Amino acid sequence: MNTGTPLVEMRDISIAFGGIKAVDHVTIDLYPGEVVGLLGHNGAGKSTLIKCLSGAYNADSGQVLINGNEVEIKNPRDARSQNIETIYQTLALADNLTAAGNLFLGRELVSSRGFLDESAMEAETRKIMGRLNPNFRKFNVPVSALSGGQRQSVAIARAVYFNAKILIMDEPTAALGPHETQMVSELIQELKTQGLGIFLIEHDIHNVMKLCDRASVMKNGQLVGTVNVNEVTDEDILSMIILGKKPAKAA
Amino acid sequence: MTTAPHSRPASNDVKGSLFSRFAAATEIDTRLLGMAGALLLIWFGFHFYGVLVRGEGFFLTPRNLWNLSVQMCSIGVMATGMVLVIVTRNIDLSVGSVLGFVGMVMGLLQVEWLPPYLGLGHPAIWIITVAVGLSLGVLIGALNGVLIAYLAIPSFIVTLGGLMAWRGAAFLMASGRTISPVDSNFALLGGGPYGSVGSTGSWIIGAVACAAIIYGLFASRANRRKHDFPQRPVWAEAFMGAFGCALVLGSVLVVDNYFWPKGIVKKYIEDNHLTVAPEDLFIAQGFAYPVLILVVVAMLMTVLMTRTRFGRYVFAIGGNPEAAALSGINVRWMTVKIYALMGMLAALSAVISSARLTSATNALGQTDELYVIAAAVIGGTSLAGGVGTIYGAVLGALVTESLRTGMVLIGFDTAVQNIVVGLVLIVAVYLDIIYRKRTK
Repeated sequence: MNTGTPLVEMRDISIAFGGIKAVDHVTIDLYPGEVVGLLGHNGAGKSTLIKCLSGAYNADSGQVLINGNEVEIKNPRDARSQNIETIYQTLALADNLTAAGNLFLGRELVSSRGFLDESAMEAETRKIMGRLNPNFRKFNVPVSALSGGQRQSVAIARAVYFNAKILIMDEPTAALGPHETQMVSELIQELKTQGLGIFLIEHDIHNVMKLCDRASVMKNGQLVGTVNVNEVTDEDILSMIILGKKPAKAA
Repeated sequence: MTTAPHSRPASNDVKGSLFSRFAAATEIDTRLLGMAGALLLIWFGFHFYGVLVRGEGFFLTPRNLWNLSVQMCSIGVMATGMVLVIVTRNIDLSVGSVLGFVGMVMGLLQVEWLPPYLGLGHPAIWIITVAVGLSLGVLIGALNGVLIAYLAIPSFIVTLGGLMAWRGAAFLMASGRTISPVDSNFALLGGGPYGSVGSTGSWIIGAVACAAIIYGLFASRANRRKHDFPQRPVWAEAFMGAFGCALVLGSVLVVDNYFWPKGIVKKYIEDNHLTVAPEDLFIAQGFAYPVLILVVVAMLMTVLMTRTRFGRYVFAIGGNPEAAALSGINVRWMTVKIYALMGMLAALSAVISSARLTSATNALGQTDELYVIAAAVIGGTSLAGGVGTIYGAVLGALVTESLRTGMVLIGFDTAVQNIVVGLVLIVAVYLDIIYRKRTK
């Protein structure tokens, strides 16, 4: 179903920490308007692989191609300049800053004299939060005072606000209640129709079946295989995760 | 506290006691009120102790308050930098020794190295000395920062090493001699009769400061209107303006009522061939130069911390270093810059304290690091990182220095002074922990 140039191609990525191969010659790709699930046990290497794309780690070997062009992503700043945004599992929020402070962290709006434009940042934050989480009111307190769901929506707002083309979501619903999980699902659908490509690290197999177009399964740092979600059952995917074997029927 | 206060809209419908409604409407940090209260308690306590025991209070006199203002400057300047260091979860134990070393280099420069080339009292001497001193401070600080950020040596160890090494280096520079007297222009930076702006100058500074306070209130109101944020009630704005101006003009009145000592007045009359009797000539000291230096440093540092990206990154690193790095902030380079700034401020304090002593001694700045850290922590800087304010640190310096001078005035010896300041530090941090728990 996917033709043309992939939005992202990670080719033959390897990274080791002190002799342990966290990611071992893994190749995955992502097309515009597509959600690719990354699955596997804890420690399978999903988050490590994805951190090579978000700039948090530097791969020992392998290539990253964006729209068919090889790019070098050495740090988070490089990733951001390629319109890659990441929602980390830990959310990566500075607890002592406000929602606006976190949303614009590293990309602050400044006035013509170079000073922080707090008012403009707060106004923009009110706008985007009004869209993502209309009940959000706590604009003037540090995010440490927010609930898990509110914190999550701040982290999501940060990824969405800057016109991401490639979105990495590391277990975005892990800390959320059913209502908020539903909101995240709707958001993912909406972003998909806008043509974003999304890597979704997810443990809940039902979410995978519901949200993902393809699923790449990893085990012990290696890629077990990538399948089209509508061609397999959840049982198939679970056996890939557990046994590390690709089902016979999906080529 | 971590964002500029002006972005925090007031809520006019806060329930609760009169006090909490007052604090909410004026948007004054309740911790600031607490510290101001503690300061007043210390001041009046020492004064009335003097009244009761000696029959005369010495603390709340223009003379003592003026001296207090000058004595706190060295610690106050460094405390503003220590806030950044502690907010980013580091520590700098070397500031006192760096102060001593830089002070010694500056002493030698202006007393022994430069005069042979420029001639004694050359007007460029003090400028070269200060420039070299500040640059040296930046270099030493940056070295600390590189060791901490790029070699990943804990800041406690790097600066503990610095505490010993720079004190030793200061001794070696002059083989333990005291370098004195410093250049006469340089000495003005330490305060004293000639190192102050006088009566007229003080009133002009006071007027400008009041105008700035009122302008600031109007500008903040206009900014809130522009973005449709809630306004503070008018009475709260009026109170803030009136209180700020009263504070400024009150301090002008104090320094305008501390006069030159008789001996200096006599010399002044002789030098200027006046015919007035020394008893009839009252020349007000006005604000001392080091006080003005501290005020300017505190204002610049406040702007840096609350209005610039640099300051925002300092808080972000303190709040969550990993998140800061993932947001593209170069945490290591920031650490180097923060320590370089701390080094420069230690050098500036070296200027102030060696100028005040008119000599560079081997003990200059000894144990200052402890008072600087105490000032920052008493001023609400959290050792866990992420929280701290410049004005808090300056107030903290004022509190510790008030305690020290107060105890000297009522005749406590050094041993007791140390005990009291130590206990105050522990109690202040304990109160701070309680405060944070209750406001969480």
